[in-house]
Parts: sequence; structure tokens; C-alpha cells
Amino acid sequence: MHNKTLSELAAGLRSKQFSSVELTQFFLARIKQHQHLNSFITVCDDLALAQAEVADKRLATADTAVLTGIPLAQKDIFCTLGSKTSCGSKMLDNFIAPYDATVIEKFNQAGAVMLGKLNMDEFAMGSSNETSYYGPVRNPWDTDCVPGGSSGGSAAAVAARLTPAATGTDTGGSIRQPAALCGITGLKPTYGRVSRYGMIAYASSLDQGGPMTRSAEDAALLMQVMAGFDPKDSTSVQQSVPDYSAGLNDSLKGLKIGLPKEFFSDELDSAIATEIQAAVAEYEKMGAEIKEVSMPNLKLAIPAYYVIASAECSSNLSRYDGVRFGYRCQNPQDLADLYTRSRGEAFGSEVKRRILMGTYALSAGYYDAYYLKAQQVRRLISDDFKRALSEVDVLMGPVSPSTAFRIGEKTDDPIQMYLEDIYTIAINLAGLPAMSIPAGFVDGKPVGLQVIGNYFSEAKLLNIGHRYQQVTDWHQQSPKGFA
Amino acid sequence: MNSKWEAVIGLEIHTQLATKSKIFSGAATAYGAEPNTQACTVDLGFPGVLPVLNKDAVRKAVTFGLAIDAEIAPHSVFARKNYFYPDLPKGYQISQFELPIVGNGHMDIEVDGVSKRVGITRAHLEEDAGKSLHEDFHGLTGIDLNRAGTPLLEIVSEPDMRSAKEAVAYMRKLHELVRYLEICDGNMQEGSFRCDANVSVRPKGQAEFGTRAEIKNINSFKFVEKAINHEIERQIDVIEGGGKVVQETRLYDANKDETRSMRSKEEANDYRYFPDPDLLPVEIEEALKDEIRATLPELPEAKKQRFLQQYSLDLENAATLTSSRELADFYEQVVELSGGEAKLAGNWLTGDVLGALNKASLEISDCPVSAERLAGLLKRIADNTISGKTAKQVFDKLWNGSATADEIIEQEGLKQITDTGAIEAIVDKVIAANPVPVEQYLAGKDKALMALVGQIMKETQGKANPGEVNKMLIAKLKG
Repeated sequence: MHNKTLSELAAGLRSKQFSSVELTQFFLARIKQHQHLNSFITVCDDLALAQAEVADKRLATADTAVLTGIPLAQKDIFCTLGSKTSCGSKMLDNFIAPYDATVIEKFNQAGAVMLGKLNMDEFAMGSSNETSYYGPVRNPWDTDCVPGGSSGGSAAAVAARLTPAATGTDTGGSIRQPAALCGITGLKPTYGRVSRYGMIAYASSLDQGGPMTRSAEDAALLMQVMAGFDPKDSTSVQQSVPDYSAGLNDSLKGLKIGLPKEFFSDELDSAIATEIQAAVAEYEKMGAEIKEVSMPNLKLAIPAYYVIASAECSSNLSRYDGVRFGYRCQNPQDLADLYTRSRGEAFGSEVKRRILMGTYALSAGYYDAYYLKAQQVRRLISDDFKRALSEVDVLMGPVSPSTAFRIGEKTDDPIQMYLEDIYTIAINLAGLPAMSIPAGFVDGKPVGLQVIGNYFSEAKLLNIGHRYQQVTDWHQQSPKGFA
Repeated sequence: MNSKWEAVIGLEIHTQLATKSKIFSGAATAYGAEPNTQACTVDLGFPGVLPVLNKDAVRKAVTFGLAIDAEIAPHSVFARKNYFYPDLPKGYQISQFELPIVGNGHMDIEVDGVSKRVGITRAHLEEDAGKSLHEDFHGLTGIDLNRAGTPLLEIVSEPDMRSAKEAVAYMRKLHELVRYLEICDGNMQEGSFRCDANVSVRPKGQAEFGTRAEIKNINSFKFVEKAINHEIERQIDVIEGGGKVVQETRLYDANKDETRSMRSKEEANDYRYFPDPDLLPVEIEEALKDEIRATLPELPEAKKQRFLQQYSLDLENAATLTSSRELADFYEQVVELSGGEAKLAGNWLTGDVLGALNKASLEISDCPVSAERLAGLLKRIADNTISGKTAKQVFDKLWNGSATADEIIEQEGLKQITDTGAIEAIVDKVIAANPVPVEQYLAGKDKALMALVGQIMKETQGKANPGEVNKMLIAKLKG
């Protein structure tokens, strides 16, 4: 059951092989069985079963959507009416959102069932899921290792088959890097393709929600529900949503693939490089043309990102002040005490670090040197991508410079941790869509191939992912103990 | 003011834009609701919520810009002004910083018959904060977020004013304009029109400005004048006493009529402005400007000039009648319905009607005498049916009842006697009965005539036309 694709589950529900309630019970049990992964912050047994019952009734009518009755799990960054939305933080440990995020509303309308809320780095700040107030998530491929982050709970739960599919969000690599480290498929859509309304903000100009699934085919089905203009999000784009499944099997003959030479520099583990080269060779076999391209400003992506993302987060997180919701310190003496202790006691160190960096970067006298300069770099990086994508259809490279690392290995070295996102961050700065698909193993740990496309080319990326998954079986392998 | 010194004043005026919903959310903006009943998740700054710009607020800002002949920015940007305060739910206020929607414009004011042009540096859109309530909470502070997210247009003047009087004239002119444009209800008690003043002094003739203080919380024309004058004197005293004016924010206390220091420059917040990534830049196209320009009402100054010409009013009446759009409209209605009695209508409106309204603390829109009923009265004055004196009596009845002027005149028998034979008989009778004043008059004492007219009016119970009586009396006496 847990190895079925979303299409197979949809078919099974319709042919009454199993009901949505049975399916839901099955996955709830599996989540309990594998609690040690710590991939869920909240498991919504009652809600899920109630939704499954409604879905079963709906399945008996003509009014159904592909996802009706299919259990999913949501990153705990999406606000869900009536159940806890913590964003991985002590700050919101007591927070129950009074509304549904647009993405959640869309899944509800489709009749999907929500199994629960997935663990994540605190406020999506992290690359290992170790900054979560709820403790680290374990990678099912090696439970001593991290699943990546910030959508680490999502990646681990999908890889371990605790949920057929999940959502994630990606500000600097938070869908793609954990997808790569856990051997699943993750798509970060074009900025503005998926509504950010109700998705708790980390860095507003970079955040984007997307699907985390076992295959490109499944990702297409989730994208179909998630994508679209939302009048409640001014930065969402008013552009029609294509049929993401329609072109999955399109031929890749003549596809022009660019390999940015900066993606294959010394930082990249040579074993991973080998896997990536092999994946590219697979595309060549399918008729694609390969070309080396150069994006000289990529090396500036990490510093630019940490200025911009930190600046935005320093402001976005100001609302957590102990006044209206969230954590409030005991017996505040005065206003300053209420602010400083509430925030001091409830934010973790990585969040504090970024708030401080961002506050500094925006301060009088530093704004021009940091924030403005970073925005200029951001423009240069976008221009690099524009130039490259005018020569080729897509870019390919690694997702992460290394495979899953051991829990605790990089926690004392923030710079090492930030370098985890060296290949993913620039894409967020440019606002482009990019996908991570399983492309082999190094020492038994998954490796991800990154495919970067032009704006709104999600359908093409899914097509490229799907064709590869027709000729390889990396995505079908399951970690030991979870088969 | 001490004649050695010159004051330099610039005003920042916050006008609350009269939109139905808030600037970034769908919550209502109506004043006076129970605390925290008009604040939605967006206004409360809940996790995950996003702002969506209210197009009507943009239109109103553009309307204002066009009315002051300002540059309308084709591209303006919302920025976050970051600071912590309990009535600021997000920890930042969405405002405009480097690229405001309205650029350079101007406004002409008149003080003691001298006109002057005051530059307007900019006007930008922003959201209002909530209110902190310090009373009735036993030492704690209550927060009402109904006002949070209400759209404001902050209008910043150049430091072009040189006296409190000029500042008030500018503020009044602006107040009149925003109500004309119907972009702000102008209600100062409810805080729809608020003023901060930047005040400095310098020796007369010196080109550089002195150090300025910003006075906050001055929300009536009277207080603006008092607060500025007080601040000018305070600064002169400081300098003449050998001290230095420090750059600071001062709060005006209307009860004590004084300003006191709120915070110095050193204590000022670093607001860390940066473009709000949740909102796209506002792009204003020529077509929108043209569309709004076409709907601009006639502005106060143009209306005043037209009234002077079209209705032959004197300057004072024209200025009073155009001081609000409602009053001007009311006046023009009365003129039309009275068959063109422009001067009479002008005198009545600026005199008896405004007097009665002031006494009753009413606005022209609540005037118990409609334009139609007032016109009915004016018609009867114009055609001599009643005298001006009787008309005042009729007006009182119009004010306190619902009858028309004609009905009142009929019921009360107030019609003037137009039968000259009847008046003549009374004139003769009075001349005969009052030989002393008659002799006095004939001896050259013109005043004596008044006594005779009075007698005749008394005899006719005020229903004779005093002009007619006068004429007839003189004719008889001199004849």
C-alpha cells in the first residue's frame, strides 16, 4: 500500500480496493510505528479520519478530484485552521491558526486528507532540521544522519513512506536539499506560482511552497492543486495553470541542457559529481544536447542571500512579541521586559543569529553597503541565469555538495551549514523553478540531481524528471526498514 | 514675537483616507466600533497573513496629488518602517519612504490679505497604527487595533511658513481641500486629520535654518496656533538665555498649553526602512491619471473666483461660501431655486443661516431649513411680500418647523400692505397726530423722520414696506 503512487491510490479508492478511512488508518499506524524519525510535529488522527469519512462519501458521487481521499502531510509552516501550526518554534508551540493557508484550502477543496504537520527547522531557518524546537528529524536512509532542511520532516516522511506525499517550502533550498538527502522528488516552483498566503514568512521575496513526493508524476498532481494566482497574495502571479500531467511523457529529443561549470567546482564531492555526470549521460541517451555554461556571479549567491533573507526575516519575525499570540514570558515587568524575554526565551539560536544579522544589515549607515549591495548582486545573478537560459532549455547540476551528514556534525559551524545550500540558493534569488530528483547513491545515501528551468517551466521540469524516472529506478528504492 | 527672530515652520499632516476598508485588508474603517471588533487577521499581524493594497486608497492619493498640481510617481514603493510598539501589530508599519506616490506640489494660502505659495514636498500612503489606552486599566495598557491599517496620506510641506498664523492658514486650506476632494472626512475629533509641526527659529536675515523641534499631537486649528507660538517663544528664550535648541520630538499638552520633550535625536529609533517584499511597486499609468483628473471637482480657489464673477459677491462672502463644498452647493441650490437671488442668498447664508447653524453646532448638511424652503423665503423678500425684518421672524419659524415660507406668511398674516391708499391713510393720520417730529424734520432734523416711520410701521403692524413708507412720508412732508 505504502509504495503505491498517487494515481494508483486514486484508482484504488475508486475501484473500492480500499476506502479513504482505511488508507488513512494505514498511514496513521505507519506514522506511529516510525515515530523515532520524529518527522511529525503534530499527528491529526481525529481530523484525518473525519476528513477521510467525508472523502469516502464524496468518492461515491461524481464530484471528486484526483486527490480526493488521499492522505497527505503538510509542513508545519502552513497555517491550518484549528490545529497547531508551530513553524518548528517554541514561539508558536501554543499557536492555533484561526484560518487555513491558501494551499491548505486548496487541498481541502480537492478532498485530500491531512495526516498531520511535519517537522521543520525553526521558522524554516536551517539545512539539517536540527534547529527545530521539536528536535532533529532522522534520515530514514541512515537514522544517525540529518534529513536536510528546512523541510526535513517532509522529506523523511515521504522517503519512509509515512505519507504518500507532502508539501515543503523553499527559501534557499529547503525543498530541494532535503529531497536530495532523502532520495525523493522535490519541486520549488517559480516565485509567485504558489500562494504564500498562510505560509508563515521567513524571507518573503524568496519563500515558495512546493510538492515533495516520491516521483515527478506525483509532484505533477500536487502542483495541479497548489499552483495558481491568489488575490490574497500580491506577489502571486496571474498566469494560467497548465495541465502538469499532460506533457510528462513528451520526448526530450533535442532538449538543450546546460551544465554551469561553477556547479562542478572543488566544493563538490567527487563521488557525487560522478553520479550527476551519469544522470546527465542518461539524458544524452534520450536525445538531449549537453553544453557547458558559465555563471560567474554564482559565488556571490551565499553572501547576498544571507543579507537579503536575514534582513527580511528580522522584520518578518518582529510580530512575535508576546502581545497577541505565541509565547509570552512569565510575569513581564514592563514592556521592554515583555519583548526581550518573550523573544529571548522562545527563539532558538539560529533564528536569533539571522534576526541579528538582518537587523544589522538594515541599520542606518549599513543599509547601502549590505542590503542595497546584496540586491544589486541579486540582479547580477538573475542576469546570469537569464543569459544561460537563453542558450539552453534547462540547467543541471548537483543539489547539495555532500550527502546526508551526521546529526550534530555541522551545528557548531554555521558557515559550513550555510554552504549546504551553495547550489540551491542562487535559484531562489533569481525566482526560478528548480527540481531535485533522485540520481543515485554514494555510500548508501541518496544523491539528488538538480534541474533548473526558466520562469513558469514547471511542466517541462516535471516532464524531464518523469522521463528520467521511466529509465531509472533510484526513486523507487526505499530505505531499509521502510520497504 | 520678538522682532529679531524669524520662525521657520513645516507641517506634516496625516489625513485619514475615507475608504470603506483598510489599506491592506478587507476590514471596515468605520470609527467608534467596540475595541478590536474591526481588526482582521491581517490587521492583527497574524503569522502567514499578507497585505493586499486597497486600490481606492491609491486613487484618493492620486486625486490629492492632481489637486495640488504635484508630480504623481509612475512607480512608487511601499517600505517597512520597523519599530516595536504594542499597538503596531507586525512590528513594522507599511509606509512609503524613498519613492512616495505624490511628489512636489504646492498650495496657495492667504494671510492678512497677502497671498503666499507653500510648497508640498511629498505625500505618501501608509497604514495607521492602533491605539494604546492607558486609562481604566489599573496601571496596565489596553490596545485597540480597530484603527490599525486605516489608510493615511501623510502630506509633508516645505519649511515655507514663517508664523503660526501661516501654518494655520495652510492647515485650513488643506483641510478644506481634502474635504472638497471627498478623500477625507476631515473630522479632527476622531483623528481623521492630524498635524505634526516642525518648528525652528533663526535671526532675521540669516539664511540657514535653526535646529528644529517636532511637535506632535496637535489636532485642532486652535492648538496648532497656540502650540507653535509657544514653541517659538520657548526656542527664543532658550537661545537668548545662552542655550541651544536640541533636535527632539515634543508633545503638545493642550491642558497646560505647553510642549514637553518626548525623545531626543539620540533616543530616536533607527527604523531600518526597506522595500516591503510582500507588496509590488505601485505603477500609475497616464490613463488612470487622466481618468481621475476628469472626475476632479471644481477646487475651492476656482470656485471662489467663479462665485465672485457669476454672483457678484464680495470677497468675504465668496470665501465663506466656498469654504466647504457642501456649503457652496447649498448656496448654488438656493440661488437657482430662488430665481437668481444671488446677493440676497449670499447675505442670508453667511449671516442668519450660518449664525443659526453655529449656535446649534450643526453642519450645513444638517441644516433644518432646506435650500428649497430658504429659497421660498428669499423669493418673498425679493418681491416685497415681506420686509427684511419680518423675514427674520419667518426664518425662525422655518428653522423650528416644517412649513414653507408662503404657508407661514399666510397663516401669520405677515404680508406687507401693498394697497397704497391704505398706507396713505395711515401716513396722513400719523402726520396729523405728531406735529412735533414733523416740525423738527421740516426744520432740518432728518432723524425725526425715523420716529414717524416707526409710528407708521407700528400702525400697520409692520406690514408696510418701510422703503415705501419712507418715500411717501417725505413726499407728503416736503410736498
